[in-house]
Amino acid sequence: MTSTMMSHRVPAWANSGAVLTLHRWATVIGSLLGASIGVFLLCVHFGPTYVDVRTGVSAMAHVLRFDSTGLDTSETIMLQIRLPRVLMGFCVGAGLAAVGVTLQALLRNPLADPYVLGVSSGSALGVSMGLLLGVGAAFALLPALPLFGFAGGLFALLLIYRLAQSKGRLPIHSLLLAGVILNAILTAFIMFITSIMEPNRSAGLMAWLMGSLTAPSYPALAVFVLYLVAALVMLMRNAHLLNVLTLGEETARSLGVETEGVKKQLFGLTALLTGAIVSVSGMIGFVGMVVPHAVRFMVGSDHRLLLPASLLVGGMFLAVADTIARTIMAPAEIPVGIVTALAGGPFFLYLLLWRKDRML
Amino acid sequence: MNAGTTATAASCLISQGSALQIEDLSFRYRTSEGQERMWTLENLSFCVNFGEILGIVGPNGSGKSTLLKVLAGLLPPARGDIRLGGLLLGKRTQTEIARLMAVVPQEYAQVFPFTVAETVMMGRFPHRTSHWWNLGIGDETAEDLDCVQVAMVEADVLSLATRLVSDLSGGERQRVMIARALAQEPKILLLDEPTAFLDVNHQLDICSLIARLRSERRLTVVLVSHDLNVASQYCDRVAMLKEGKLCRIGSPADTIRPDVLRLVYDCDVIVDAHPQTGRPRVTMPISQTATLAAGRRSMYPTSRSESKAMRHSE
Repeated sequence: MTSTMMSHRVPAWANSGAVLTLHRWATVIGSLLGASIGVFLLCVHFGPTYVDVRTGVSAMAHVLRFDSTGLDTSETIMLQIRLPRVLMGFCVGAGLAAVGVTLQALLRNPLADPYVLGVSSGSALGVSMGLLLGVGAAFALLPALPLFGFAGGLFALLLIYRLAQSKGRLPIHSLLLAGVILNAILTAFIMFITSIMEPNRSAGLMAWLMGSLTAPSYPALAVFVLYLVAALVMLMRNAHLLNVLTLGEETARSLGVETEGVKKQLFGLTALLTGAIVSVSGMIGFVGMVVPHAVRFMVGSDHRLLLPASLLVGGMFLAVADTIARTIMAPAEIPVGIVTALAGGPFFLYLLLWRKDRML
Repeated sequence: MNAGTTATAASCLISQGSALQIEDLSFRYRTSEGQERMWTLENLSFCVNFGEILGIVGPNGSGKSTLLKVLAGLLPPARGDIRLGGLLLGKRTQTEIARLMAVVPQEYAQVFPFTVAETVMMGRFPHRTSHWWNLGIGDETAEDLDCVQVAMVEADVLSLATRLVSDLSGGERQRVMIARALAQEPKILLLDEPTAFLDVNHQLDICSLIARLRSERRLTVVLVSHDLNVASQYCDRVAMLKEGKLCRIGSPADTIRPDVLRLVYDCDVIVDAHPQTGRPRVTMPISQTATLAAGRRSMYPTSRSESKAMRHSE
């Protein structure tokens, strides 16, 4: 940076919110990070067993000292059950929101969502087949189940994309219809698998399919987080490409984007993320559609801000939804997928029915 | 190099120094089964001179838009060469092409709420300087901001900078797309039907903008238009396509003639001189007269423009 560039007069529109500036990015992400920490602590605090704040603080102090000796019962609940579960919920929500943002930009469709389009069902079918073939329960063979989920998700995604590609961009209603039908077919296969399983295993599978979070062991959580972070960083690196892709494929190419390669990479990443998420939490719907929508309304469409902001908001959303799911009927739990569907479904309908003008 | 007169029509023979040089170009689409269809473009040879406005006209389905996409490097030619500034188009990377040539598509359907300034800023994409460590945030340099500012002033969209593109009218949106193309700092501007579906005042805006850009930025412009009058009044040369073949290329006086139009469009029109420029002006005759004169059953000249409008409104 030379001094002449430093003294350069910046046009008025550049600082009035018309384009993304580093300052705005830092402000939004900073405040969302702060909010996330607050929400996170609240979610850890609330639960079926009352844990007072002092116990919570002392449990947290144990975490910070990497010292697990001398824990009492409430501290153990905090550290072994709630903390990993809320962390998992936050990560799953963040991942789902990121998948939603990416799919919406790739399909140039603001209602795209991995659950609605059947990508989650594809992953779920893959994971169910993995379970049927006996690829180990939950985390015994961690990479194997996400891999099955990845394969299933990629299959569903490519199928949907072929449908959406027939005329450059499929009208929203046709895309949704295609998603509904794909969902129905894939669900039929999943039902078939559950029906031929032993009853006690199929009950677990059903609960998982409805979308539920469980407290994972810390090593399992660490692997999942690493996997997620790697995929999310890759997505973030492509955020500026997502912006250009929303102009349409031909315009993107005329701007110098190698669209074929970029699309392959992004579809791969999306399927990997969906596969991993579905393999740990089942089919949690609508997070990927509701969250990017709300965030886009607040911070604009630039994916360099939209993607990380949606990530944080998605994390908060699912952490709160899961807190509701595990406390509302305490000591019993309801699958978190029910909560997100009840919150997101009506919102989806509202967008579809009353905001048509902006969608089509 | 500002080729303002029709005398440059003959310079097509001198291939050196042309911005785009097309030699024996053919193109055809493939069906979904990979079979080959009829030629959409067949054995086209012409060149686009530096600093000229070349209009591409022809009936619906004559391959105008396809030609523009092939010229832009968006569709690969089946046969023949396109040279951009003397170098084969296929030998350049997509980014190199984007730095020399900008495309304004026929329609712009943005579904996401991007602002005008953000959209114009996307034109800086081929010039981006991204680093792995900042994930693309804060990449815009002072030069980028400058270019966007200048582009928005030239296309007269500066006052719209903070508005959402989806809230704009058709004419404003078209100007935003031209501003986005200008932010690319191209040498060549390719426009696909820039005046389609615009009211007459916006048509005038866009046309005078294109003429101004040519003279101020020394841009070479290739524009596809179904409007013969736009081509006649604003283009230095006009290329006429029919069924994928180049029927005629030359000054508007040489191409916009009743006999040529009859050959290309299969119907009779009235051609007189524009009161201001003296260039040819095309008027549609009343349908019965045309039917009688052409001796055909129900070929109403108006039906062409109508069917075009209907096709695009789908």
